[in-house]
Amino acid sequence: MDWFDSWAITLAVFLPAVGAVVVTVVPRDRDRLVRALGILFTGAALVVGILMLFGYDFSAPGAFGDGSAARALQFEANLSWISVIDANYHIGIDGVSLPLLELTLLLGFLCMVYTWRWLPEPGRPKAFVALLLILQTGMSGTFIAFDLVLFFVFWELVLVPMYFLIGYWGYPGRREYAAIKFFLYTLFGSVFMLLSFLAMYFRSEPHTFDIIALQQGGFDPTFQNLAFIGLFLGFAIKVPMWPFHTWLPDAHTEAPTVGSVHLAGILLKMGTYGFVRIALPVLPDAARVWAPWIGVLAVIAIVYASLACLAQRDLKRLIAFSSVGHMGFVMLGIATLTDVGINAAIFGMVAHGVITGMLFFLAGSVHERYHTREIAEIGGGMLQKVPFMASILAFTAIASLGLPGLAGFWGEVMALLSSYSPAEGLSVTLFRVLMVFGGIGTILTAGYFLWMLQRVNLGVVPDRWEPKRLADVNAVEWVAWAPLLVGILLLGLVPGLILGITSDAVASLTGLF
Amino acid sequence: MPFDVDYHAIAPELIVGTTVLVVLSIDLFLSPTRKWWAMPLSFLGVVAALVVELTLIGQERTSFTGSYVSDGFAVLFKTFFLSVALVVLALSLRYFRDGRYYQGEYYFLILSSFLGMLTISSSRDLLMLFISLELVSAPGFLMAGFRKRDPRSNEAALKFFLIGILSTAVMLYGMSLVYGVTGVLRLDEIAQQLAGEASGVEVAAVLFVVAGFAFKVSSVPFHFWAPDTYEGSPVPVAAFLSVASKAAGFAGLIQLMFFGFAPLAAFWAPVFAVLSILTMSIGNLVALQQRQVVRLLAYSSIAQAGYMLLPFALAGVSPAVDEQAVRAAVFYILVYAIMNLGAFAVVVAVARESPGVLVSDFAGMARRAPALAVAMLMFFISLAGIPPTPGFWGKFFIFQAAIAADQVWLAVVMVVNSVISVWYYFSVVRPMFFVEPAEVRPFRAPALVTAVVALAGVAVLAVGVFPDLLAKLPPAVTLP
Repeated sequence: MDWFDSWAITLAVFLPAVGAVVVTVVPRDRDRLVRALGILFTGAALVVGILMLFGYDFSAPGAFGDGSAARALQFEANLSWISVIDANYHIGIDGVSLPLLELTLLLGFLCMVYTWRWLPEPGRPKAFVALLLILQTGMSGTFIAFDLVLFFVFWELVLVPMYFLIGYWGYPGRREYAAIKFFLYTLFGSVFMLLSFLAMYFRSEPHTFDIIALQQGGFDPTFQNLAFIGLFLGFAIKVPMWPFHTWLPDAHTEAPTVGSVHLAGILLKMGTYGFVRIALPVLPDAARVWAPWIGVLAVIAIVYASLACLAQRDLKRLIAFSSVGHMGFVMLGIATLTDVGINAAIFGMVAHGVITGMLFFLAGSVHERYHTREIAEIGGGMLQKVPFMASILAFTAIASLGLPGLAGFWGEVMALLSSYSPAEGLSVTLFRVLMVFGGIGTILTAGYFLWMLQRVNLGVVPDRWEPKRLADVNAVEWVAWAPLLVGILLLGLVPGLILGITSDAVASLTGLF
Repeated sequence: MPFDVDYHAIAPELIVGTTVLVVLSIDLFLSPTRKWWAMPLSFLGVVAALVVELTLIGQERTSFTGSYVSDGFAVLFKTFFLSVALVVLALSLRYFRDGRYYQGEYYFLILSSFLGMLTISSSRDLLMLFISLELVSAPGFLMAGFRKRDPRSNEAALKFFLIGILSTAVMLYGMSLVYGVTGVLRLDEIAQQLAGEASGVEVAAVLFVVAGFAFKVSSVPFHFWAPDTYEGSPVPVAAFLSVASKAAGFAGLIQLMFFGFAPLAAFWAPVFAVLSILTMSIGNLVALQQRQVVRLLAYSSIAQAGYMLLPFALAGVSPAVDEQAVRAAVFYILVYAIMNLGAFAVVVAVARESPGVLVSDFAGMARRAPALAVAMLMFFISLAGIPPTPGFWGKFFIFQAAIAADQVWLAVVMVVNSVISVWYYFSVVRPMFFVEPAEVRPFRAPALVTAVVALAGVAVLAVGVFPDLLAKLPPAVTLP
């Protein structure tokens, strides 16, 4: 299967883009055909992704360090792209990118399935599906690019589709504000990231944009610290880390359901992935210098987000803020620069993608039934009114607060565990203090989720909903959600599903510190 | 010294020059309903010139004792100008025919201006540069006033003319000083003479010359004419001024600065840094407040000129960086032409039904003409510099040159500016896509205008994904 080896990733990434082109030439009145094509192309990409799992060598190390290890980068392709600047179409996967690529392919497919039944106002399926498909190409491309220029192009490719998804199909009122805020905020960060990329290019000898080659750069510490600032701005805004998070509650809340699922499920991971893939291995000395600061910001995010969640009255906004906290745990894990911490981070990324993606699906479906997202207006009694949906909400929320046995647990507990003994050279005292505050954060997280469940699920059905018939989970929703629900349970019971893939790759990354 | 003329090398100029005369004289014999025949005639002439120009690729030819050359740089720019001429002619046909303007005179003027652009690409001495530059500018003054019953058009022409001759006077004064100090006119000889200790007169002379070109490329503080002139001119003329005439200014400026005045780079490079920063910042900030799309594009094109001026601020570090800076500038000029002509083509189409072309006139375009709206979106994200578009690569190469020259702060200023620019480009995108049209009736654009939009759209896509297509073009930048 030589052919598949070098083209599998390209297929998985660009099939949706091809789908976007196909969709635009379909006549406007063929609504069902357009949605079917969306499912078909994302489904095909997912099939390619699953086939790749069979050809993947799980014992290989990650594409970090000297990169000389055999099959560090799998399904690799390296073609000349822009000769004048030595930018190449260099793609591949290792243990760090594989879980995220698969997550992207899965969520993209499930969102299309969900769209089969429910397309947000004001309709226009062609444009909606085409934008989702382009978005998916951008997201999945980010996780497989091993050339900084290619990485940047994929990274920015998500901006315009997401701008339109929020601005046109979002909830009326603040959607246009949320869309342009998202756009400008992330663009502002990423242009500084681009300058750092260019600076790294000129400091490397010979000049290169290749992420693996740059890891041999051995940049001097002063330069590393400066370049790290640029990368930090780009990645931290995308994550988003406190205090760069202000675009997130607006964007996530105003976006249509599948937009929120993509935002929370995948877009945020682009930032954390950037830290793991580029910032840490290429600028290891700077990473050591900045790690304590990142850790502090991460823990502020955890505590701040959980306090903010306690104050939310809007179901979707609550979930959005909870993302800030969960990404805080991911960043805390990364900041420890240890095996356990970075494994926790990648596990946390996948778990958060599955869980919070699911929560946003639920928020969308609840809004569709109740026509409100206000917790007070829903008023409780959902377990009686729509028992299945309420049970799923309870299950997912409990997974999100980190109950052992479900997916949310491992990422958080390992992140806290790793900050007990951070990497050599980092202040143990500081990280143990961070661990304590992070622990307080988990308690607060449990608090706001349980409180939310109490206000939404339990109690008696308010009078205004009593006479109304509300549909419970329907067939399409079951299909779209079942894989996520199974995933939440499986990842919780068998964390080795992810850790088995990541641990060798992470070991070769932490070997740099 | 023999008076050498290489007729093959100057054939494109001769063809265009002949076409100019034919168009003007044939207009006398055409009945009013057939005046538009001047356009296909001009088109044919330009195509013929373009074909001949393409035969000159890869050759080095000189005429008139080295004052007039046809090298890689000249061929690239001439091919570029002739292609732009075809596009501007295509945009003009229906606009001038349906608007009942003087057509024969218009095509005569615009071809004369393009003739000036051809000669500016080949000029390698001060006198030729000056004459060419005036040949580019003078028809522009007249064309800006072509909507003569509209007071804004009159104002446009007058403002353009007054600021134009003022800066010309300053530039000519500078050139005379250069000649006075060095005693030569050819750029390579000037470079030899200027090498060594720089005197105050030399620096002053160079700065005066820069002022003249700053007007041409609408750089701050000589930019005041641009918004009013663009707004008052016929839209195709505004497209012409913002792309072709600006690019001509840059073609001359590159020759002058990187070749003729290269020894004084240490003095003029910081001046360009200031000009560049002021131009991009003021252009972008004022553009934020525009509600009229042509004015918005005018300020946008001022800001874009600021980006194109940045490579000049990097001169004099090392030959390698100079080379990189010139390539970045040339590449940016090429992609700027594609995206800006595309945007103006859409404006030409809209101006047919709403001559005011306010931002609100674009409301609901996505409903009425989805393809046109998507094309406009592509041109705007390209102008804003978001990947994967040609505008992004243009900025990328400029950043790259800036960082190679260790002038990171210039790149940072430009980066902040490009983020600001997103706001006003999207202020047009927003109503196009997010606002429902007052009435959903189909949108009709003339076939030629549609063709230009389609062509520019394809070019934006192709160069966006494979920037090598254009980035490999400027090969012949051989610096002294």
